[in-house]
This record gives sequence, structure tokens and C-alpha cells, in this order.
Amino acid sequence: MSIDFVVHDADDSVGVVVVEGIQAGQTLTGWVMHQDQTVTFEVLDPIPIGHKLAIRDLAEGDTVIKYGVDIGRVVKPINKGEHLHVHNVKTKRW
Amino acid sequence: MELKGRKFMGYRRDNGRVGIRNHVIVLPVDDISNAAAEAVANNIKGALALPHPYGRLQFGADLDLHFRTLIGTGSNPNVAAVVVIGIEPGWTTKVVDGIKATGKPVVGFWIEQNGDHNTICAASKATREYVQYATELQREECDVSELWVSTKCGESDTTSGCGSNPSVGDAFDKLYDAGCTLVFGETTELTGGEHLVAERCATPEVREKFQAMFDRYSEVIDRHKTSDLSESQPTKGNIEGGLTTIEEKALGNIQKIGRRCRVDGVLDKAETPDKPGLWFMDSSSAAAEMVTLCAAAGYVVHFFPTGQGNVIGNPILPVIKICANPRTVRTMGEHVDVDVTGILSREINMDQAGNQLLEMMLRTANGRNTAAEALGHREFVLTRLYESA
Repeated sequence: MSIDFVVHDADDSVGVVVVEGIQAGQTLTGWVMHQDQTVTFEVLDPIPIGHKLAIRDLAEGDTVIKYGVDIGRVVKPINKGEHLHVHNVKTKRW
Repeated sequence: MELKGRKFMGYRRDNGRVGIRNHVIVLPVDDISNAAAEAVANNIKGALALPHPYGRLQFGADLDLHFRTLIGTGSNPNVAAVVVIGIEPGWTTKVVDGIKATGKPVVGFWIEQNGDHNTICAASKATREYVQYATELQREECDVSELWVSTKCGESDTTSGCGSNPSVGDAFDKLYDAGCTLVFGETTELTGGEHLVAERCATPEVREKFQAMFDRYSEVIDRHKTSDLSESQPTKGNIEGGLTTIEEKALGNIQKIGRRCRVDGVLDKAETPDKPGLWFMDSSSAAAEMVTLCAAAGYVVHFFPTGQGNVIGNPILPVIKICANPRTVRTMGEHVDVDVTGILSREINMDQAGNQLLEMMLRTANGRNTAAEALGHREFVLTRLYESA
């Protein structure tokens, strides 16, 4: 089965789109690398290759987890399947 | 892949170190000697000038780093012989004497009291002799453990963290087991993952030194920042590629040091390690600066994973580009030495990807030009610590 996005760890908040041309409403197949599992669900935004989609609902102030580690804080609520990037997530460090 | 015992054909230098290239370089001590150095390299085919913008009125640690970088570059085993040109004899001789410790041919010329014409004429004669000397040197069989391998990533995106960087990590684990001398750095780009690097340090002493280097660099950022550094770190290119925060970038970055190998020691910028193993070098995260520091520390081959497509090379250190982003491989494939897009389409696993890198490393060591070499990328960028006096 071809893979549309990858997730590093099953507990992560995000997946990374690894194919071009993903449009809103598509059903995507994801590969959870660490656990070697496959997941499928609907994407709500068009997402460029390399960009992330939320794979769970996130509220303002939540911590975003990738590689099983904190990568920043949510500054606007994000639904599962939505594009997650600099418009809704910020660093906690700088 | 059994790496232990693998051989390649390299150039063994008088100090025992092994190079994979055989450059004759014309090295300016300072910015105002660039024109003479470039004129010499233009006169003598096969010589390479290394122009740069610094070397005047530096002082203290910044000046020490300048000398360490120039002397280290000339001392690198990928260099057969060196012609040094400066504006005056004092600092020119200091660089010549530093390189002379390797036993390789090196000579200096200065422009004051001579002018560009006479300097270029005398330096061209010496450079011609060096090129003729170097072109008679023969490659000989060397063991893979004699390779010094550096890594730094650039124009990273999210495919770097899940594809190209862990493929370097797999290769680094195997090189570590084979007894190679390795280095990584990019101090600021560990921010958010520094605790994971600290956990990998071999001893409490190494951990303490690493943490002190990380904290010092973080203080520099805190002192000078005017924003959350968005578009500087991560860069605009990183953000375009999907990286959102420095933490995310850092966690992708540290995939390059694999899973098994330990951090055996730390180095100041351009400092040469004294034993095999994995070293952390306190360094800039800017590609050309970091790769220049690796070359000055004595590394002879470099793994450079990229996502969005950084095109960097170095005059003396072959830079092997690795990419897992299918769009980048499609649009700028001439810059990519190892295509590992198969990781993300699940056509190859990480072990196979790491092996592909190691095979390309051995081919490069045997003489294959990297993409950056063939395209003429010779970025030689000195790190400055602060203003001139």
C-alpha cells in the first residue's frame, strides 16, 4: 500500500505528508514508523509535501509531540486532519 | 553490511593521516591577499585558491580561531601542498609554520615590499612545482577505519528527520563500530533535543563539557535575539519545507548521530580530535561555516543530508548529498549523490539506506567526484566570533 504520510511514534500529535498534491477531503494512509503500523483518515486541508497534519485534536496551550518529544505549543485550536504549522504552533524555546 | 576491514585507495601523508583528494591550495592569510592568490591559481592549472573575507585586525579568541582554521585547512590530508600568501611576513609565517608540522610541502609569500606582480610571479613558480609534485603521488590501499567522517545537514525539512538524517545515523553507527573518527555539531540546532545528546555522552565529564558549550551558545542567542528567531532558526527554507519550530528541527537533526554510537568527546571550533569515536564540535549551524570547520579539524569526507536542497560544497572536503524528498530529487537531482526517497515509500529500510551511503562514501574516497565537486561548489567560510579591533 502506498504511503501518504509518516508518523514517527504512535503517541505523536502529528504526521508528515510525504507525497505531493494532497487535497482537502482525501483519505490518507499513514505509516507509524516506530510501531510499524498503518493508519488511515481524512485530511481537512490541502497539505504540501513535507508539511504536517494533526493526527489528534489539539487545544490552545497543548504541547505538540513528534518523535515522542515536545516540539512546541499550540496557539490556535487544531482539529485532527488539519494543517499544523507556524500559523497555529510556536516554539517554547525562543 | 560488514564495514570492518573494507579498504579504499587513499593518499597517505607524512604524518600518517589519509586523504581522499590531492589538492594543491593557494591560501590567503587575509582578505587583501585574495587577488594575488586567485591570480596564482589562474596561472597554474590544478591549483585551487581559497579566497575569504577576513584576517585583518582580529584579536583574542577570534584571531586564534582564524589561525586554527587556516592552519587546519592547510594541514587537512586532502591537501598535498600549500602556498600561503599574506600581506606581511609575520602572520604569513605563522600559518606556514603551523602547516609545516604535518611534514607536507608549504611555503609563504608576502606582498608588502614586493607588490602583487612579484608575489604572484614567485608564488606561481612554487605552485607549479607543487602541482607537479602532487600529481606524481600515488593512491595506496588504506583501511576504512582511517577515514574521518563529518556530518551536518542543511535546508532541512520534515523528510530530513524521517529519511535522510536517520540514514546518516545508520551509517554513523556502522562507522563507529568500524573504528572511524566522526563529528557532528550545529550547537543551536540541538535546541529542544540537547537532553537527548547529553544522554548519549560517554562520561559525566564529556556531558558536562557538552552542556557548558550548549549553554554558552544559548546565552549568545538570548543576548542578541529580537524575536522568536522565526525565519532565521528555523530558516525560511525550513519553514517552506514544513518544519515549524527549532525543537522539531533539532529532533530531526540529531537523527544523524544514530542510535548506538556514543559522544566520546567535545571539540572547540576547528579543533582536531586526538582519538577515534564520535565527537561533538561546538559550531555554527550555517552550512558553509560548519563544513569549513570540519575540514579545518581534519575530516576528509562529509555526509550532508538535505530536504529542500542545500547546494553547498567545500574546496577540499568532498560533500556527499543525501535526500529523501522526492520533489527535491525531481527538481534538483544534479545536487543529490544518494537518493533515499525509497525510505518514505517503504521500498528500502534504514539499514539498506545506510549501506547505500557507505558505498557512496567508499566510491567517493576512491575518487568519484561528488555532485558538489562536479558543480564547482567551493564554499570556504570562516567563522567569526565578534567585531574586529
